[in-house]
Parts: sequence; C-alpha cells; structure tokens
Amino acid sequence: MAHENPTGWRRWVYSTNHKDIGVMYLWFSFFAGMIGFAMSGLMRMELAEPGVQFLPEFLGITEDHARHMFNVLTTGHGLIMVFFMVMPALIGGFGNYFVPLMIGAPDMAFPRMNNVSFWLMPPAFILLLLSTVVDGTGSMDGFGGGWTAYAPLSTTGHPGPSMDLAIFSLHVAGASSIMGAINYITTIFNMRAPGMTLHKMPLFSWSILITAFLLVLSLPVLAGAITMLLTDRNFGTTFFDPSGGGDPILFQHLFWFFGHPEVYIMILPAFGIVSHIVSTFSRKPVFGYLGMAYAMAAIGFIGFVVWAHHMYTVGLDVDTKAYFVAATMVIAVPTGVKIFSWIATMWGGSIKYEVPMLYAIAFILLFTVGGVTGVVLSNAGADIVLHDTYYVVAHFHYVLSLGAVFAIFAGLYYWVGKMSGKQYPNFLANVQFWVTFIGVNLIFFPQHFLGLQGMPRRYVDYTDAHAYWNKISSYGYLVTLVGVLLFIVVMAITLFKKKKDCADNPWGEGATTLEWTLSSPPPFHQFNELPKIK
Amino acid sequence: MTPERKNSRVAALVGLVAVGMVGMAYAAVPLYELFCKVTGYGGTTQRAEVASGEVLDRDMKVRFNASVHRDMPWDFKPIQISQEVKVGEQMLAHYEAFNPTDKTIVGTATFNVTPHKAGEYFAKVDCFCFTEQVLKPGERIDMPVVYFIDPLIAEDPNLDEVSEVTLSYTFFVMEDEKAVQETANSR
Repeated sequence: MAHENPTGWRRWVYSTNHKDIGVMYLWFSFFAGMIGFAMSGLMRMELAEPGVQFLPEFLGITEDHARHMFNVLTTGHGLIMVFFMVMPALIGGFGNYFVPLMIGAPDMAFPRMNNVSFWLMPPAFILLLLSTVVDGTGSMDGFGGGWTAYAPLSTTGHPGPSMDLAIFSLHVAGASSIMGAINYITTIFNMRAPGMTLHKMPLFSWSILITAFLLVLSLPVLAGAITMLLTDRNFGTTFFDPSGGGDPILFQHLFWFFGHPEVYIMILPAFGIVSHIVSTFSRKPVFGYLGMAYAMAAIGFIGFVVWAHHMYTVGLDVDTKAYFVAATMVIAVPTGVKIFSWIATMWGGSIKYEVPMLYAIAFILLFTVGGVTGVVLSNAGADIVLHDTYYVVAHFHYVLSLGAVFAIFAGLYYWVGKMSGKQYPNFLANVQFWVTFIGVNLIFFPQHFLGLQGMPRRYVDYTDAHAYWNKISSYGYLVTLVGVLLFIVVMAITLFKKKKDCADNPWGEGATTLEWTLSSPPPFHQFNELPKIK
Repeated sequence: MTPERKNSRVAALVGLVAVGMVGMAYAAVPLYELFCKVTGYGGTTQRAEVASGEVLDRDMKVRFNASVHRDMPWDFKPIQISQEVKVGEQMLAHYEAFNPTDKTIVGTATFNVTPHKAGEYFAKVDCFCFTEQVLKPGERIDMPVVYFIDPLIAEDPNLDEVSEVTLSYTFFVMEDEKAVQETANSR
C-alpha cells in the first residue's frame, strides 16, 4: 500500500483518503446549503405579506413570471436541501470521516470509488443549477413542479429541457449515493478491527450501515421512475400517460417507494450522531444500546411499507388507507424507543451543557414535535384536511430542518476539534445556538397554525387571513439568517486559528469511541496497527 | 480468501441488489396494471363473458359520463344520462361519437367507475372501449356497452351504502396516429 502524502490540488482532486473526502463533502454541503438557504429566503420574503410584490421587484420580472419563479424556488430548495445538503453532510461528510475511525479501519474499502462518489456530486449540482436557467414551461425558465416531480406536470406540463437536466442531476447524484452505500456496507462488514463485533459497533456506524441499505434498496427505484419520466418526455413511451394505457398515479407510488425511505436516510445518521453526543455529555454509555441499534433497523424496514401515506388523497379504498395508517403509526414505536433511550441516557448522568449537547437536546425536543405532528398526519381522515397545507410543511421541517440540520450542527461542534485540531469559540457558539434555535422555531411553529387555517403549500400568495403568522414566520427567517451568519463567523474563527488547541479527547471520559484515541486532527493514515477491542 | 476478494464479493452482491431494484421499478409497471385489473383498484372495471343470471332485488342507479382529452376533436357523449338497474341484470347502454373534422382519427378510451371501490363489481360483457375506434371525416357512430353489476356486491359490507355508480370514459387520440397526422400536416 502506498503511503505518500500528496499535496496541493492533487491531495483533493485525486483524493482517496476517507478523511479528505469527508471534509470535501462537508464543504460541498455547506456551499449547497447556502444556496438552498438563500432560495428559502427569497420565498420567505415573498410570503412576508399577501400579494405578489417582492419577487417581481427583486428579480425585475413580471408578476406571472414571479409566480412560476416561486415554484422553481420551492423545487430547487427541496432538491438542494435533500440531495446536496443533508445527504452529503451526514452520509458523505461525517460518514466518510468517522465510520472508518470508529470501527478501527485504515480507510474505506474502495478508496477510488469513494473519490468517484464525491466528484460526481459537483457536476450533479451544476446540472440542477443549470436546470433553473433553461426553458421549463415553454415560455419560462426552470422546473416548477416540486421536488416530487409528479407526472403529468413533469411530463407534458414542462416541455422544456429544464426538467431533463433536473432528471440527469438526480441520476448522477443517485449514482454517487449508491456507490457510497456499496462502499459503506463493504467497509462495515469486512473492515472492522479485531474484536469489533456488530453488536459492539458504535451507533453512528450502525446508523450509516442501515442508511446504506436503505439507499441501495430505494434510490434505484427513483432512478427507474425518473428514467420513465425521461422516456415519456422524449421518446414517446406512455408509462404515466393514460392515452397510451399508462397511469400518472403509478409515478406517485414509485416516487414514494423511494421518497419515504429517503426521509429515514436523512434522519438515521442524525440519530447516530445524537446518540454519541448524549452519551458523551452525560458521561454514561447509551441506555439500551442494542435496542437503539435494532430500533433503527426496524425504522428502516417499516419505512419501506408505508409509502402510500403520502397519497391518501388519490382515491385509495378504505381498507388500504386503514393499513397505511396502522403501519405508519407503528413507526412511532421504535422511534419512541430511541427518544426514551436518549432521555434515559441523560437520566442520572453528569450532564455538561456544551454546545453539541445543546444541539442534541434541541434535536430530541424538536424532532419529537415533528414526530407528534407526523402521527397526526398519519391518520388518513385528518390528512384529507391537512394534505398539502403548511401543517405538512411545518411537520417535515421540524423533523428535517430542525431535526437533521440540528444534528449536522451538533456533529460539527462535536467533531470540529477532532477534524481540524482547533476548538470552536465557546461563547460565540452558545450565542449561535440560541439565535438559531429561536429563529427556526419562529419560522416553523407558526406554520402549524397556517396549515390548520388551510393555507396550501407551494403557493406564492395567500389570503389576508393568513397574513399575521406569515409575517412572524418571515421575521423568524431573519433571525435564522443572523444565526447562519454567526455560524460562518464561529467556523471562520475556529479554522483560522494559528494554534492547534484541541486535545486528543477534549470531552473527557464520556467520549469512548475510537476516534478520540487518535490525535486531533488524526494522522493522514491511521490504524496501521489495527486496534484490539475487548 | 484475500481481503480484496472478500470486499469485491460484498460490493458485487450489493451492486446486484441495486440493479435488481431498478428492474423492480420497471416490473412495477405491468404488475401495477395487473393489480388494478384483478382488484378493481382505482375503479378499474371487470370483464365477463356473460352475466351470471342471478338477479337480486337491489336497485342501483348507473350514471354515464363522457369526456375527451384536449387534443381529441371528437364530439363524444352518452345517449342516456342514467339507467335504473337491478343488481345482476344485464343492461345495454349507448354512447355516441362524432368526428367533426375532415380527417380520419383513431381513438382509444380509458374508463373507470366511481366510487372506485365499485370497480371490482362492475363487469362489462362487451364495450367499445375494448378495441380502437376509427371515425372517418364527418362520421357518427353508436357505441354500445353491455354491462351488469356483479351480485357479489351484496356480500361486501364496504359497498352497502353505494346506490349510485358512475361509469366514465375519456377518449384519447391514438398516439401513433397523432404522429402520422402531424408529419402529414407539416408536409
């Protein structure tokens, strides 16, 4: 095995080192996240007041064009945050950096494939950005059919090449994720250090293993479905076109067969990170370790048999709905196991409220809020009323934007010292947490009220009755913007420090996983002598 | 086995699963169609050779609906708005289509019934929708439907409150024919 330390651009572009690739994923996710966040800012400013005035003025376009632009922003925001921010950060970033460290492996099983996985992401992202500036509807640019891309709006509704570019983008990003998943599964199955049995493996590695299986089983279905869209659009097939015997509802089934596991793909690694942090700062091992691992496996499994709860309004018969209601509610059981195990881990622990711990506790709180509204929405009867309203928007932002994203922040603060050798400025990081916490809740909590009042999602405008809470929500965005800017400041102060001031294990006896036995930052190649786990 | 071989084997297996799932996505297309036909899902009607002969003393109203895709120039409508039927009784209904253009147009109809859950019990013995329809310029044709409501409906408690069923057709221009026309027009 070659042990040279490449330098300059070669170190990054030709990189086969899991830590370098992980860091590149995190940077990629940061830039994509900023673009996705800016898009949501444009939407929130437009929605600050009734009427359509901000976008036409800000972008210098007609009101009709602004309506379409709003839909393009919704679509872009969703796709970017899912495929180019959360997934690269949690799976590609933390997964690459810490799975080999935690299981005591020198690197990933297929380092070159790892390089390909990462370098497919920027072209995929460029394709998606290009799709917003080429013809979509025939008269206006960009695809405005939502991240779900339901036919026929994504077939006959958008004849321009914009949708085709978006499809290619998802193909490329999907190929990247599937290669990554193959890499993780092989690494975790074959390269654990001697004595590291699956039942001793840290929970973050467990979460990545289960996530990788979900990716392999669900992403190809999306790839198939969007390929059918592509051939329907360009080559005269009629998979989703009734005039040729197809059925647009079939697209929804295929999409959600992917789409529901996808939400667990985004949240399971977050569960893993939070488990580590809660245990570290409570100075106790995770309560119910095996239960935690198998709860994630159960969530992953059940996640594949509940997809039609996204489709209660398409005309499912009552027995089918009853099944999907029951199956969906069952997910609350393993999820409850996790929530209560985290609380039980903290119970009686010697808790230190460091910033990662604040984020982890906030995660547990906010994820539970999103989980509870999820149980509400799982009822087919209630969902008929709430379907496609802001209640749904509030629900999935509580589990993803305040759940998965808080876990990313938690992981960054937890591991930035390990990754860079430099610890974050504590006071400013605390301020950053509280500003962000208040900001995001101010954005999304009022959206529950808007949804219950009947405000539909993906609309550029609303009646005056919804003006009050929309205004609050938009103010919340401004607070969050301060939080995001503070985050950039905190990270800049950390990374521009001259001195490496982070100990090998800055968190003390609670941090027991293998990455804390290495230096901060870890050596370029670690575990040439495999560690023995007792 | 060397570690490299072991790794390749796991990777190949997982890769095969991924490829298999793409195959499953495509397999879903015919499976979904079959599933709809068998279960009457989405209001898909059933096909029968002949009515079973058993007629129950349960009255139902069958309403008829007709529509066309926006590219379809035909004038298409039901002759009767509704029919009163007894469950199990074989009935004949008529639709009518007129081609007001000066071109021959081939059309094909999709169909279903609402409420969707009645699809399982709505059986057609003969229907214009089973085959393609060809209308010459200015031609007007009568399109019969022979149907009955399956007496098994009485045994399904989910359909106890259903006393009215709407049979709906939508006519589309056959895709191939449209392409032929377009190339003919552009010449």
